[in-house]
Amino acid sequence: MGIIKAVKLAFDYLKYDDDGNVEDTQRAVDDVSLDIQPGQFIAILGHNGSGKSTLAKQMNALLLPTEGAMYVDGTDTAKEQDLWKIRQKAGMIFQNPDNQIIGSVVEEDVGFGPENLGVPTDEIWRRVDDSLTRIGMTEYRKQSPNRLSGGQKQRVAIAGVLAMLPKCIIMDEPTAMLDPNGRKEVIRSARELNQKEGVTVILITHYMEEVIDADAVFVMEEGRIVLQGTPKEVFSHVEELQKLRLDVPQVTLLAHELRKSGLPIPEGILTAEELAGALCR
Amino acid sequence: MRDITIGQYYPGNSVLHRLDPRTKFVGTLMFIISIFIFHTIPGYAVATVFLGAMILLSGIPFRLIVKGLKAVLVIMLITVVFNIFLTPGEVLWQWKILKVTKEGLILAGKMAIRLIYLVTGSSLMTLTTTPNQLTDGLEDLMAPLNRIRIPVHEIALMMSIALRFIPILMEETDKIMKAQLARGADFESGSIIRKAKNMIPLLVPLFISAFRRANDLAMAMEARCYHGGSRTQMKPLRYTRLDLAAYLILIIYLAIAILFRIFGI
Repeated sequence: MGIIKAVKLAFDYLKYDDDGNVEDTQRAVDDVSLDIQPGQFIAILGHNGSGKSTLAKQMNALLLPTEGAMYVDGTDTAKEQDLWKIRQKAGMIFQNPDNQIIGSVVEEDVGFGPENLGVPTDEIWRRVDDSLTRIGMTEYRKQSPNRLSGGQKQRVAIAGVLAMLPKCIIMDEPTAMLDPNGRKEVIRSARELNQKEGVTVILITHYMEEVIDADAVFVMEEGRIVLQGTPKEVFSHVEELQKLRLDVPQVTLLAHELRKSGLPIPEGILTAEELAGALCR
Repeated sequence: MRDITIGQYYPGNSVLHRLDPRTKFVGTLMFIISIFIFHTIPGYAVATVFLGAMILLSGIPFRLIVKGLKAVLVIMLITVVFNIFLTPGEVLWQWKILKVTKEGLILAGKMAIRLIYLVTGSSLMTLTTTPNQLTDGLEDLMAPLNRIRIPVHEIALMMSIALRFIPILMEETDKIMKAQLARGADFESGSIIRKAKNMIPLLVPLFISAFRRANDLAMAMEARCYHGGSRTQMKPLRYTRLDLAAYLILIIYLAIAILFRIFGI
């Protein structure tokens, strides 16, 4: 079994009237099944309101499935007694860098998670040192988070999650509020963690450029997974993606147009080098 | 708007930075008590020397401390004016019902000094102590209150979070203000009531955003396994020899203050 496994998972948001009775339900995630293996870099794509954030919150037991089940490292998230174990194993990075930093000094924020887990003091320091080194933020450890750039804040948040020794990191649109430089910085950190240390990364985003190196891509629409496969496979469905209001990387789009007008190049080209190679052949 | 230094930690590694927050908290309290005990010029001189020495020890640039004073300038002016005009005694100058008395001037001077020292002393503490240390210290000092079922830990955490979000919310206020000004809002002119009414387009978005942030933060804390009490501490409070020395100095200082008062110097 994979590290994160969803079985026919569905989730309803409930709308209450003034008396607290359920008035309406809205299905945010519908019949999603996925099985993510340890060490993978997974991307989940989707337009606003496609249910991708709701799905992410299921992976950390912040939300529990209405139907079906979610397993994190073999543990059912619906089991209340394992709640903290699940949250330790599946760390989560949120969209707004300001709203997830609790400490007023970088190192104190990184230590927040281990403190909650009841880790002894010496071990907390070891973990904080280690996490900050891994993410390359050691020189900022005594700084106030308010003085950091958005990308740096997100990296602090990643260090905070790393200090809890998670098996997998779920990043819920970590770059949506960052400038292009910050975006690159955060994605590079995530990729390094994945490649060098084998941490499973689940990246939720709507920027296509961030997913081209992923091991697998899931595209969501109206709570369902509508496309899945390697980036190459997914990006060969250019027209379908456009129908889902998702932007295809420019190179892929160009390759697609060239192919439509008769050039013999393959579908699913993701980088400029690849396109150049295909054209020269 | 961002001139308030309270809650703004100034990174450093001075003696004051290394002191236990409890020591600094008790020390600040003793200093504040002392400036109310002192009531003569030699007394204030002792307080000035003490405060000056602390500022030098802390290695904090003087202008940062002066900046912090700007925030309380208005309160200070009001206190001084009231003291000058409303203290009965030997009249020096009179215009209709406004009287300036000798006692008034002296009292106003004392009040001004006390206020300045009070603010400087407490911002010296907040500048050299991270808000987290500060709340840890308070939590520890207040721990006996747990017995009468006051949730000390939760209150301390709320305080440290509030402190962390002050600059963020201020920046946000600034942003919303500019956005509303660009849409023709007027925060400057009109009577006080009119001004207060004009604040509504500033306060409503600010509150909505604050609630949204609170919601996000609560979720982020839960995601990082926060579940109330029963946690370990990354920086547990430990008294060192430095704290012992500091307590000694503080006791001597306070004793001087009391002696000055007794002998009326």
